[in-house]
Amino acid sequence: MNEGYIPILFMLALATAFCVVVVILSRLVGKRQDSSEKLMAYECGNIPTGNARQRFPIKFYIIAMLFIVFDIEAMFLYPWAVIYKSLKLFGLIEMVLFVGILLIGFIYIWKKGALEWGSRNI
Amino acid sequence: MEQQLFWLWGGIAVISAVMMILKRNPVHSALCLVVVFVSLALLYVLLGAEFLAAVQVIVYAGAIMVLFLFVIMLLNLETEVRSQGLSRVAFKACSLAGTGLLLLLLLGGGAVKALRAMAPEQVSGVPGNTQAVAELLFTKYLLPFEVTSILLLAAIVGALVLAGKRD
Amino acid sequence: MSLLAIGIALAKAVIVFVCLLLCVAYSTWLERKVLGHMQVRCGPLRVGWYGLLQPIADGIKLFFKEDIVVSGANKFLYILSPMIVMIAACASIAVVPFGDYIDVFGQKIYLRVADVDIGVLYIFALSSLSVYGITLAGWSSNSKYALLGGLRASAQMISYELATGLSIIGVLMHAGSLRPTDIVAGQDIWYIVKQPIGFLIFVICAFAECNRSPFDLPEAENELVPGFHVEYSSMKFALFFMAEYAHMIVVSALAATLFLGGWRGPVLPGIVWFMLKVFAMMFFFIWIRATYPRFRYDQLMKFGWKVLFPVALLNIVVTGIGMVIWG
Repeated sequence: MNEGYIPILFMLALATAFCVVVVILSRLVGKRQDSSEKLMAYECGNIPTGNARQRFPIKFYIIAMLFIVFDIEAMFLYPWAVIYKSLKLFGLIEMVLFVGILLIGFIYIWKKGALEWGSRNI
Repeated sequence: MEQQLFWLWGGIAVISAVMMILKRNPVHSALCLVVVFVSLALLYVLLGAEFLAAVQVIVYAGAIMVLFLFVIMLLNLETEVRSQGLSRVAFKACSLAGTGLLLLLLLGGGAVKALRAMAPEQVSGVPGNTQAVAELLFTKYLLPFEVTSILLLAAIVGALVLAGKRD
Repeated sequence: MSLLAIGIALAKAVIVFVCLLLCVAYSTWLERKVLGHMQVRCGPLRVGWYGLLQPIADGIKLFFKEDIVVSGANKFLYILSPMIVMIAACASIAVVPFGDYIDVFGQKIYLRVADVDIGVLYIFALSSLSVYGITLAGWSSNSKYALLGGLRASAQMISYELATGLSIIGVLMHAGSLRPTDIVAGQDIWYIVKQPIGFLIFVICAFAECNRSPFDLPEAENELVPGFHVEYSSMKFALFFMAEYAHMIVVSALAATLFLGGWRGPVLPGIVWFMLKVFAMMFFFIWIRATYPRFRYDQLMKFGWKVLFPVALLNIVVTGIGMVIWG
């Protein structure tokens, strides 16, 4: 393994340790008087109605899926950007092709109204 | 050091993969999957494939986010989990099959490792890992790279068509 | 790796972590103070000279607060999610270079915790993991406000993560590396000069990713109460709170590293320059909060996908053409 990553492990371990210790300590130190009213979910003072875990608009799901696709596109852009200086015009053309094809998809979702957040669309 | 870290992360990956299958609650399963992918990324780092590790976390973290949202949105969890868990037999069969698959993967992993031992470090000549990946991807494997864009385009269209179906 | 090297690495990690926590504490003070003065108030004034002990008093107070696990919560995830957010925010600082190096007993000590090849991607990877913390917090709390806040936050964060990722591609093209130290080394002229649009997009996305005003919809008080952390109390709430500021500091540090020349600057030592730049960015964050009202959710998503994303792509193409023409 590249030794450069060991300090990162230290950092992660430190942060984890800090969080665990702080949460446990506050649990021990803070006083606690539980009552069923206090532990109720907050709903502006009313008694909570129904199940909090309801189904949600498919909108969020679509956004997440589109995110994956374009995230993968971005992942291809990183290595490309890093060696762009040596690829020059050749690199530009291949990336314009790549992004161009994806742009067709982008225009498609735009025209389909998947990026609108009104109630009427999808 | 490398050996121990390999066993540690490999172990975490295998255990959470098994947990993912065994967990009844879909949200827990999805989370176990995240742990699997993160520990795989750590294994990539061990192998010196840093760029791949980063991509692994970024892309799969996003992908599981989708799975997770899907679970939240399309299942009404609390009731669904209790009433519609897998039957005992199916459950056992699934976990058996999963374990078998894991064993197979482990064997496959061993084979890959043996292969790797034969191959010299090919990427060591270039300044960095990302550059090495980039050089291969944008010269030698140019066509697969361009074809990927069409695959992604299909994914976009597919996502919209599937999600956009009205009742 | 020798024992000395491990010792130095560990010491650096501890020092940076403690400094980060101190900065987090005092950026809450800074925010209250600056906001106060912008609204013609005084801000914290009572605890310590000029209110300087206020963050510490707040911390102690939160420690002794009652720790509530709301009924019906998914206990494990409920406790885990603030930790995820905090760990991701704190560990990101590890790859940021604060300065060149200092000599301690003839030992060259580089002012950064880690110097890795994929530094920038490492930060993005951690921030994509921190989305989980927020979504899970929303889901596990068994509260409608929390779930809505969590979902909003996740959709917003992933949308803007995309534009953030694309906005820095221009910088990477100039620098030819993902390693933060290389990026700093390449900035004889700050990249903000070569990449003004990239910088603009990056900063806008940074606001959205930190859930800061004007993009603070996940915790929009007047519609969602405080959103995803409505059911959290005591130190678990404090972890979210600290993570927000730690995230702001990391993003400011990243902006300074990528666009503002990192620790480089004339006369003053590198670390002072770096601190100044981070401070300037933090001040800008607070200033914006004092100035702009909140976006509406549909505007926010539309803006992210229909404006920032295409503009970021266009920026990449223009940068590419420019680099081909002018070398």
